[in-house]
Amino acid sequence: MSRAIPGRRLPFWPLTAVLTLASVVSVVLSLAFGSERIPVGEVVTAVTDRLTGEAPGTWDIIVWELRLPRALMAVVVGAGLAVAGAGMQTLVRNPLADPFLLGISSGASVGATAAITTGFLGGFGIYAVSTGALLGAIGSALLVYLVATAQGGLTPLRLVLSGVVLSSGLSSVASFLVFLSGDPRAAQSVMFWMLGSVGGATWEKLWIPAFLVIVLAIGMLAIHRWLDALAAGSDTAAALGVNVAALRTILFIGLAVLVGVLVAVSGGIGFVGLIVPHAARLVVGARHRVLLPVAALGGGVFLLWVDVLARLAVRPQEIPLGVVTGAIGAPLFLLLMGRGQYKFGGER
Amino acid sequence: MSLVLRLSGVSARLGGRDILHQVDLDVPAGRRLGIIGVNGAGKSTLLRILAGVLQPSAGEVQIGDASGQLQNLRRLPSRERARRIAFVPQEEVVAAELLVGEMVALGRVPRTRPWSRGGSAEREIVRAALDAVGLADRIDVPGDQLSGGEKRRAVLARGLAQDCPVMLLDEPTNHLDVAWQLRLLQVFAERAQTLVATVHDLDLALRFFDELAVIGWPAGLDPSTHPARIVALGPPTDVLSSRHVAAHFGVGSVQVPHPQLDQSHLLIHPREESR
Repeated sequence: MSRAIPGRRLPFWPLTAVLTLASVVSVVLSLAFGSERIPVGEVVTAVTDRLTGEAPGTWDIIVWELRLPRALMAVVVGAGLAVAGAGMQTLVRNPLADPFLLGISSGASVGATAAITTGFLGGFGIYAVSTGALLGAIGSALLVYLVATAQGGLTPLRLVLSGVVLSSGLSSVASFLVFLSGDPRAAQSVMFWMLGSVGGATWEKLWIPAFLVIVLAIGMLAIHRWLDALAAGSDTAAALGVNVAALRTILFIGLAVLVGVLVAVSGGIGFVGLIVPHAARLVVGARHRVLLPVAALGGGVFLLWVDVLARLAVRPQEIPLGVVTGAIGAPLFLLLMGRGQYKFGGER
Repeated sequence: MSLVLRLSGVSARLGGRDILHQVDLDVPAGRRLGIIGVNGAGKSTLLRILAGVLQPSAGEVQIGDASGQLQNLRRLPSRERARRIAFVPQEEVVAAELLVGEMVALGRVPRTRPWSRGGSAEREIVRAALDAVGLADRIDVPGDQLSGGEKRRAVLARGLAQDCPVMLLDEPTNHLDVAWQLRLLQVFAERAQTLVATVHDLDLALRFFDELAVIGWPAGLDPSTHPARIVALGPPTDVLSSRHVAAHFGVGSVQVPHPQLDQSHLLIHPREESR
């Protein structure tokens, strides 16, 4: 049992190169799938035509205007959720933390539900639900922040407790709104929204989340050593010269904004932010310098194929992404843990 | 003698309870100061305040630089503080997904940019630190594959890698077998100019430190309702006199010279047997 098993990890640079390549190839391949099956050769032609400025061909609209933004959105959201999950697990030092821990998804669902059932954001047109979700997400994050601060600071335990409590409180508010509206279609669209989808992706919707994911990922990489220290415990981090309170506040705000925007564009896609960081730790270890890039790339590829599956499995219906991530993620994660080599922190 | 740390009228409050009351303590440069006291007296709290990790509820902590100039510890940027004071907390969990070397490399955080990769110079420092605690061959082993005592030594190696003139160690000898208890303290005393550590083993305290501070309660004060304070301070042979040991630790004791070595040992026995 105490026999050393060094070298069980995968080397970082080759793995990153493979994952990057896999992302690009997956995006292109995924464009072939959908209600209309397009040959891969045609897909490549359609993309290269655009990139080289040639006259658009037969598949241009479907490939470039519909499927590519959707595929890229899946990658962006998957990467963002994985990065946010890794950050959250470090912030609260808890293996069960996911991006939605701070009540963000419940707050977003209250906002989105209000938009769907009452139409109070009707002025935003097609962005009404997203706007409602974003407002709700930011409102709930602010609430968690204020509650935790008032009780003495953003310590892991306080964040977890206030996040969990507010989550269930806000969930019942959302349910109550659905119940009040008495409209069965509203209930259905709320449920579909909460389980997540990247179906509504357009180029215009893509850039804000893409920008935020990149900024947050680079920002966290730029302080990877401080994050490593924070993950080791607050006294240890403080003893190592890290300003723990400031780091926690910055991390909290960054994650809240990122997750709020992700939820606004894609709903509450579960499991990605929980399992992808754990899977990444399993293959490259817990140092943030290697964990964050691998989690981001892995999360992106994972959600991309989840979206393809969601489109194909019961055509012409689309399954909500949260259903697919749960169905794939839960057994996959149990399998990973079942290998008995993985612990988070010191726990078995 | 120049001071590296000075506590003036320091009190501490944790979770609504007063832990320490009006503590004055000078830590002179180049000395080994031991902090002893019964469980729950506030030894760890005192050490955390000295390390600048916990803010006192009253009083002031000052840190002295090389020329002996004192400065409020709070005003020192935390990064600069961590280059002068290395603090290793008690009972730290070693992360399972970090290799031992990666965990020890955290000790370099105060001296590197937060985005830096480390590199071979850092690896040499880490290896030297692990070598000093006898774990050089475990550098690439996952943290959870170490035994309890090895984990403790690995965490202490992180303190060595921090390479500071002042080391504060909370119960460094916990989980260690006898050979390592003394050897480890000596390793630290050689590496750091000034060493402050809490220990449980009074005999070890008597033999190793230049000076001892006892955290406890003066006679007649109820420990359950009053915060602790420093009740004895001075050379170990004075602080661990039978009278003090009986008053502050509730046991009888006698200091006896080692038959072959030039040092005293503390023999401890139940109080009623003392005469």
